[in-house]
Amino acid sequence: MLGLEKKDFNLLLIVAALVVLAPVLLNPFPEGSAMAQFNAGYPDLMQRFVIFGIFAIGFNILFGLTGYLSFGHAAFLGVGSYAGMWMLKLLSINVIPAIIFSMLIAGLVSLAIGYISLRRSGIYFSILTLAFAQMAFSLAASVLTPITGGETGLQTNLNDPRILPGFLGGGSSADGNIPKPSLFGIEMTATYEISVGNWLWTLNWGYAICAVVMLIAFYISIRIFRSPFGLMLRAIKSNQHRLSYTGLNTRPYMLACFVISGMYAGLAGGLMAAMDPQVGAERMQWTASGEVVLMTILGGVGTLIGPVLGAGLIKYFENIFSKINKATLEMWFSFAPDWLEGILVSIVYPFIGKGWHLTLGLMFMAVIIFLPGGLVEGGKRIGDWVRGKRGKAANDGAEVKTPAE
Amino acid sequence: MSKLNITRRGALKAGAAAGGALALPTYLRADGHAGFTNAPGDSSVTLGFNVPQTGPYADEGADELRAFELAVEHLNGEGDGGMLSTFSSKALDGAGILGRKVEYVTGDTQTKPDAARASARSMIEKDGAIMVSGGSSSGVAVAVQALCQEAGIIFMAGLTHSNDTTGKDKKANGFRHFFNSYMSGAALAPILANNYGTDRKAYHLTADYNWGYTTEEAVRTSTEAMGWETVAAVKTPLAQTDFSSYVAPVLNSGADVLVLNHYGGNMVNSLTSAVQFGLRAAEANGKNFEIIVPLYSRLMAKGAGENVKGIFGSTNWHWSLPDAGSMAFTRSFGTKYGFPPSQAAHTCYVQTLLYADAVTRAGSFNPCAVAEALEDFEFDGLGNGKTLYRGEDHQCFKDVLVVKGKENPDNEFDLLEIVEVTPAAQVTYDASIFGGELGTCNPGA
Repeated sequence: MLGLEKKDFNLLLIVAALVVLAPVLLNPFPEGSAMAQFNAGYPDLMQRFVIFGIFAIGFNILFGLTGYLSFGHAAFLGVGSYAGMWMLKLLSINVIPAIIFSMLIAGLVSLAIGYISLRRSGIYFSILTLAFAQMAFSLAASVLTPITGGETGLQTNLNDPRILPGFLGGGSSADGNIPKPSLFGIEMTATYEISVGNWLWTLNWGYAICAVVMLIAFYISIRIFRSPFGLMLRAIKSNQHRLSYTGLNTRPYMLACFVISGMYAGLAGGLMAAMDPQVGAERMQWTASGEVVLMTILGGVGTLIGPVLGAGLIKYFENIFSKINKATLEMWFSFAPDWLEGILVSIVYPFIGKGWHLTLGLMFMAVIIFLPGGLVEGGKRIGDWVRGKRGKAANDGAEVKTPAE
Repeated sequence: MSKLNITRRGALKAGAAAGGALALPTYLRADGHAGFTNAPGDSSVTLGFNVPQTGPYADEGADELRAFELAVEHLNGEGDGGMLSTFSSKALDGAGILGRKVEYVTGDTQTKPDAARASARSMIEKDGAIMVSGGSSSGVAVAVQALCQEAGIIFMAGLTHSNDTTGKDKKANGFRHFFNSYMSGAALAPILANNYGTDRKAYHLTADYNWGYTTEEAVRTSTEAMGWETVAAVKTPLAQTDFSSYVAPVLNSGADVLVLNHYGGNMVNSLTSAVQFGLRAAEANGKNFEIIVPLYSRLMAKGAGENVKGIFGSTNWHWSLPDAGSMAFTRSFGTKYGFPPSQAAHTCYVQTLLYADAVTRAGSFNPCAVAEALEDFEFDGLGNGKTLYRGEDHQCFKDVLVVKGKENPDNEFDLLEIVEVTPAAQVTYDASIFGGELGTCNPGA
């Protein structure tokens, strides 16, 4: 279906189901309960999940297929964000031009950076991309302040021109409120809440749009993985020299792959600007580039769904664990006698709040050591284990009747 | 024999049952059915305190958080009541806000606009905060203020000193109690002329973001007006920790005054560098070399230690002020934490009280009603004397303190000496000089 094999189509369906049900799945705890702290089903975080999912899917097309480790992908995310933001300021508050232009501009920038960086491979390629990204960050934070707003960042303003006609989201006003990014009049922040018993589920337009874009991005990524082009990229990963000795010029394939990956990052950046109209230079810092590498490795390099899972996990830690403070801990451990409570709090405290990096680091180490294939390998092992058990049970009964398929 | 056997009919039945069960108690409701975002319930109201817990302003953030906790305590009628007794408006009675118990959530701005917005958004969307306050950087204040304007909740700025917050980037839902760069410049200039003369040559080191720019501009304009000359103005990255490469060229530049437009950890590091390079002992153009820090705080003085002695600057508030409000606040803060509050703590405490008072006087949590109650509100007894919340730009106008590092401190907290209290009239400016549009108040959905 849709030009996909059955297995891939099922995977697409699973991802679609996860994305559609996310508002429910991410709010497993009733409102007002002590565990509500761990609910993640609010618009900002759900948008972040899918946006960083797109970012990681794009990164995985480069890293997973060709093995070229780019340490500068945040630069494309940032360029996309700035481009999207300027479209919201100059053209119209409609998100569509912003998203399209963010991809185009990020594509152009990645073409330039890729053209130079891809002359080298391995560690030299990584260092080159890192250098370019840091350069982009420094430029955005200081020299290019008129375009990027420097460390203060870029926002929409009341008196932005927005030259497109009103029905396309143009127009500016000196008073009233700054228009919110919208899709033909539907604001990205428009939200409906459904409450079922004590549970509260939030349906948000911005999330819906990000989710649709993400599913399209995921579909395209599957098609790339299964295409002859994807096969060629895998060949580059396994042995680039041998490929060149057969008379093939690998450079165009690599450059195309790099640009596609950069456009995915630009798309993610444009969506970020469209969901929350504020862009800061720190979005391009090398730590942000490192983050997407972590996401991909944590989820599973070269797998289709892995990067999305990794992105979700990291963003969950960043936004949920970092918000647990000492008072919350004291509430959890209030059942214990005072001396024990003190000890428990001081043991757990370094791992929450601003110490969330530490928890994430430990988890990352555990995954790398025990599950080198990332979360996807973990899922596969559990799947095998369950199937093994069931298979055994079925074999036991094989004497009396044929096992079910 | 645990074989899972799903038939088509079974699946259909289960699906129908589940769907029915879900649909039964379901109702749709638009966000903010009370006419504004995050309308609180009958028993409690949630405030969001978004402060830097990491990064160059982490010290200020920690102190702000202490002040917020104290303010919440006092609003809920616990503790000794602090400034509630000295505040000129008597609307607050220690029974929460409009009879609702005050609760709060905290977040880390990391002194990065992006992170601050993410944190504020989760407070608004997840925790249902009705007001966001705090922050120790103007970049963050401008970003979060814009977010609050969009979301339709009130933003009570914490420590933010840039002109932009209530100038170029002012918003109808945002309010600032803290003073700004313009006021610092206007208050400092006459003192500098008296002490250092009118023919000085100044060298500026400026933190590279909007607060740095407006502070540099304010100090330049006001000192150049009295005859000083500006030799050079160099921008330094906010994340910089080693300033030696920036300080080294100063002595040979022909300047005889160094102006450090730095705050928090930045200022501690740059001042220490400057002293290590022997700038304070040096002579240039036949005069003693001098250093000026336009925005001063006790936490910075503490961090820089010996180096601050005799250095001029301005500050919003100092714990040693003798008025009843300052004394009451310093006493209750000191009793709870064991040391006196900083100016960041003071402004955050006052902002929380002012918000609670405005809600009580308006009789509603609706941001538009609250904004109306705050606009052109005159009050006293919160530590700065008579103060006006100007309606045109949502900026407070009050006396400005010019301070200098104390030569012989009596104790480890007594680091700043008040040189002069510049009256509010002398630092008041026309609201239109910085441009920007206030827009109209936004109550959200």
